[in-house]
Amino acid sequence: MRTVADGRLGRRKRADLFFRVLAAASAVAVLLSLVLILGTILWKSVPALSLSMLTQTPRGGFYLGKEGGILNAILGSLYLAAGATVLAFLLSLPIALYLNIYKGRASKAAAWTRFFLDVLWGVPSIVYGVFGFIVMLAIGLRASLLAGILTVALLELPIMCRAIDEVMRLVPPELKEASASLGATRFETAMRVMVRQSAPGILTGVLLAFGRGIGDAASVLFTAGFTDRVPTSLADPTATLPLAIFFQLGTPFPEVRQRAYASAAVLTLIILLISLAGRAIGRKATRHVVK
Amino acid sequence: MNGETPISIRDLSVFYGDLQALKDVNLDIPAKKITVVIGPSGCGKTTLLKSLNRLLDAAEGVRIRGQVVLDGEDIYAARTEVTSVRKKMGLLSQKPQVLPMSIHDNVAYGPRIHGLGSKKDLDRRVEHYLKMAGLWEEVKGRLREPASVLSVGQQQRLCLARGLAVEPEILLGDEPTSALDPQSSQNVERRLMELKKEYTVVVVTHILRQARRLADYLAFLYMGELVEHGPAAEVFAAPRDPRTRAYLTGEIS
Repeated sequence: MRTVADGRLGRRKRADLFFRVLAAASAVAVLLSLVLILGTILWKSVPALSLSMLTQTPRGGFYLGKEGGILNAILGSLYLAAGATVLAFLLSLPIALYLNIYKGRASKAAAWTRFFLDVLWGVPSIVYGVFGFIVMLAIGLRASLLAGILTVALLELPIMCRAIDEVMRLVPPELKEASASLGATRFETAMRVMVRQSAPGILTGVLLAFGRGIGDAASVLFTAGFTDRVPTSLADPTATLPLAIFFQLGTPFPEVRQRAYASAAVLTLIILLISLAGRAIGRKATRHVVK
Repeated sequence: MNGETPISIRDLSVFYGDLQALKDVNLDIPAKKITVVIGPSGCGKTTLLKSLNRLLDAAEGVRIRGQVVLDGEDIYAARTEVTSVRKKMGLLSQKPQVLPMSIHDNVAYGPRIHGLGSKKDLDRRVEHYLKMAGLWEEVKGRLREPASVLSVGQQQRLCLARGLAVEPEILLGDEPTSALDPQSSQNVERRLMELKKEYTVVVVTHILRQARRLADYLAFLYMGELVEHGPAAEVFAAPRDPRTRAYLTGEIS
């Protein structure tokens, strides 16, 4: 005999099945997109990929060159993203510590700071690029590695800051109390306890920001310039991988367009290597974390 | 009683927003004895304990009125350095909270920040306090391992060693055995009984049997009010206030 409860159970089971299929389909769609993206880049870059791509600067014409490599953009991007990440970290860590040690949980100032950082996170990178450009004009700075670093640091700051802030918010208040009860100052608690306890999360935040910084084209478009040479000082303009891809792909020459895919492959590989290295270091960093 | 009172609490009231957690508490804590504060949950025991080393300051919306006189100095006076107040007291919390570093560094944390002793001295110091806390034999071969690998009972003794290492005068225990198994609890109690020879100990508990085992001096808190206090034997044998009697017989809890 079919009861009302049976009918209800049947409906619940169908709903359960429906969501299971939906979840699996979503996961497959994401994985498939990733494979397709990586596959396309690698496949199209094969004709252009060679050792000289990685070890030489372009030859045979201003960035449309068919000869030589993209060493200018590889090193340029690494210099720029590393500089910007260091700079953003030097600002993010104190901000996150301020929010979590010096300000109470219910602090209005902390809530507003978090709100503004979230707004900054959402600002499109081209806006950072334009802002950087205006500031450059105002202080008479040329398009250069330095201007690029400053602009990208600004772009990375809210990402890194909020990522570090979120892990620090998870640190139990009892841990801060334990340190305080031993007579530690807030600064000592911050540097010796908070930073260690949130080390894995800090690392994740830094890598996230680095990945965003090295892959961004719009913020460096007006600020870092573009050149065939590897920069030798902060005042030199610098090439970057995202812009190399942009310019190479925009040419009518198939040989140069192939090189755009090679640039994209290199950029993807750099990000992949950085996150793998980050995971390895991250495992070490979790050693002392208190559950 | 030898008449020495390292801590005198004078008209102490604590407010959390509109809620008054402590009402004009007056209490002299005797030196080198175990003072046990008993009372039902939410009666203000922990608040009283945390007001002694100014850990309440950190909390949001807390107002404190009155005085806590430590070694002749009001710890809430404007010129009193909060870190030096806290350095005079080791705290055992309800749940042991080890620091995110090695076993060795947990004990060395206090001496390092306060600059106690030389670097060479530090290893001996760590060994000394781990022995005092009764943990040395269990950890001597793995001092560089993270403190979080220890069992909860071991962690609590590590916290004890860590608290002792800042050379305090007073030990505070906030239900220090509530997260521990019976054997670890017994171990911690035994340590406290030994340590009272050198330290003034204040322990908060809601376990009456533990209070009977530990207390030299007893204070009963009820709804933020210090109802009764006196030498433990006297209070246990002949409580004067009906509320104390009701609590000791288990009628209120």
